[in-house]
Amino acid sequence: MGSMLLKRVLAAIPSLIGVVIVTFLLTRALPGDPAAYFAGPAATKEAIEQIRATLGLDQPLIIQFFHYVVDLAHGDLGKSLTTGQPVAEEIRARLPASAELTLLGLIVSMAIAIPLGIMAATKPGSIIDHTCRIVTTAGVSLPVFFTGLILVYVFYYLLGWAPAPLGRLDVFYSAPPTVTGFYLIDSLIARDPETFVAALKQLILPALTLGIFSLAPIARMTRASMLSVLSSDFVRTARASGLAPYTVIVTYAFRNAMLPVITTLGMVFSFLLGANVLVEKVFAWPGIGSFAVEALIASDFAPVQGFVLTMAILYVALNLLIDVLYGLIDPRVRLEA
Amino acid sequence: MSSIATDRADPDAAIGAALVQAASVTADTVLPPEPATTFTPPPRPTAPRQSGLAATLSHIRYVLSENLVTGFAFALFLLIVLAAVFGPALVPYDPLASDTVAALKPPSAQHWFGTDQLGRDIFSRVVVATRLDFGIAVASVVLVFLMGGLAGVAAGFYGGWTDRIVGRLADTIMAFPLFVLAMGIVAALGNTVQNIVLATAIVNFPLYARVARAEANVRREAGFVEAARLSGNSEFRIVSFQVLPNVFPILVVQMSLTMGYAILNAAGLSFIGLGVRPPTAEWGIMVAEGAAFIVSGEWWIALFPGLALMIAVFCFNLLGDGVRDIVDPRRRT
Repeated sequence: MGSMLLKRVLAAIPSLIGVVIVTFLLTRALPGDPAAYFAGPAATKEAIEQIRATLGLDQPLIIQFFHYVVDLAHGDLGKSLTTGQPVAEEIRARLPASAELTLLGLIVSMAIAIPLGIMAATKPGSIIDHTCRIVTTAGVSLPVFFTGLILVYVFYYLLGWAPAPLGRLDVFYSAPPTVTGFYLIDSLIARDPETFVAALKQLILPALTLGIFSLAPIARMTRASMLSVLSSDFVRTARASGLAPYTVIVTYAFRNAMLPVITTLGMVFSFLLGANVLVEKVFAWPGIGSFAVEALIASDFAPVQGFVLTMAILYVALNLLIDVLYGLIDPRVRLEA
Repeated sequence: MSSIATDRADPDAAIGAALVQAASVTADTVLPPEPATTFTPPPRPTAPRQSGLAATLSHIRYVLSENLVTGFAFALFLLIVLAAVFGPALVPYDPLASDTVAALKPPSAQHWFGTDQLGRDIFSRVVVATRLDFGIAVASVVLVFLMGGLAGVAAGFYGGWTDRIVGRLADTIMAFPLFVLAMGIVAALGNTVQNIVLATAIVNFPLYARVARAEANVRREAGFVEAARLSGNSEFRIVSFQVLPNVFPILVVQMSLTMGYAILNAAGLSFIGLGVRPPTAEWGIMVAEGAAFIVSGEWWIALFPGLALMIAVFCFNLLGDGVRDIVDPRRRT
């Protein structure tokens, strides 16, 4: 087990190196002269040269890359031009908001997609099967920002069930004392059910939006994988032995069918982390996505770069986690390693 | 190496006859005795071999008529292409002309989709935007087809370090959540439509490169490649005239499958304020502009461009499945 874990971690290292190189190259590709940009429009030639020297931009590219890596190792992602705050601090403060939303989105998406996929597979050609196909096709066809807006219109403007799409908590509530940064968990720790409900209300629509967008791969894979497992010999034997259909499907087939579904989670996370940016913009969610979007509009590159790097590292880590999880669930993978 | 088939005069005919024989034998044995006495063997399939083009056309007709959804998607696709080509000439209003008196009007006979906060006709804007959105999607898909297709074929055919470099490049791109990488690329290279096209192409690169690599790799030692090599063709000539044409159809399927994603990606980027700028008519921007009015109940500003986007993506996704059925029937789902 330990050697498998080590092997997986080592396999993730080239991806991480690639990510660091690409984000470094992205800064160097910046149009125009960064030094002139930092110095401002009124700067003299000498001032620009001086800034170039302090930023290290007069050094060879490889030395610059070295400095960049050293800064990264110290957790330094540079400073935002507009706020003057260190990017790393801002990202750390905003990450829990994004993480809470993304995780809830994943839970919503699995809660819809897995039962749908199972039901579609147990009755191929039935209404549920067609529903599954329609839902998955619609899920990938609906632009995620559009789904969000429709949900806001229906549930906030028409029905009035949801609160205004303005962040994590209504203005009347104050945030629970920070322990994990997740409002749902923090409010439970603080034994504050009112805040919990308020935070949940704010979360439901954006999480549902994310869920709808990312459920297609899960539902498709669940259906396909259940179909193949249900036609296998051990399921036939279980059925022939007179086991209840529920036992056959849930205990026998479902467990085996889950393995390929776990591998699609990597793709689902790619969907979720990307869609997160758009959903955060629609719902004015104070996460790292909206931080990056604000910076983009102000042509402030350091936060964008920090954001891209953070997301990529998160994604590599999530993929690693999925691999390890797969190894834990399927002993065959462990033996191979 | 490839001399197995040459000693048989017409392998297809032989196999066909054997199949027919087998079919009638099983039919005889499976059927119960009473009907067997009155059983007449099915007429031998005497369909003459069609010429290549006629066979393809009839196959396309078969796929379209058998799957109504695919036919519908093709019709929709035609409509989108027509709107992209003729839309700007046909719309009733100038998509950029503002008319503050008629601002924020709901859909009416005069303005089918209503007007936005500047009084611009939304119907005209939605139709005119088709050309830009469709253009971005097509351009990015063609670009990635060239980049990913060529790199993948080279990697699969030559192997060695070419393969390693292309593989490493694809892995690195895959290490990013795709939309996030596209954001970073556009932010770094500059906020233009060309860079949106480039970014969308780059994030799709691994898909194309991997498919092309796998297909080229399978054909590296194929009989026809060996034959071309023995007749003295250079490796470059073999790649260009033997391997590429074979990989081509599979990449076309990939193109139609990723069209929908390309258009979503581009619209998403312009939704967050990258690439296309207002007042240009573009679906993503129009939804972004309408977003501010959703909470006060002016639904039509965001709804119609959003619907247009959704229909286009939906159409491309269905079309992708249809094109796959036509080109590569083995992968039907």
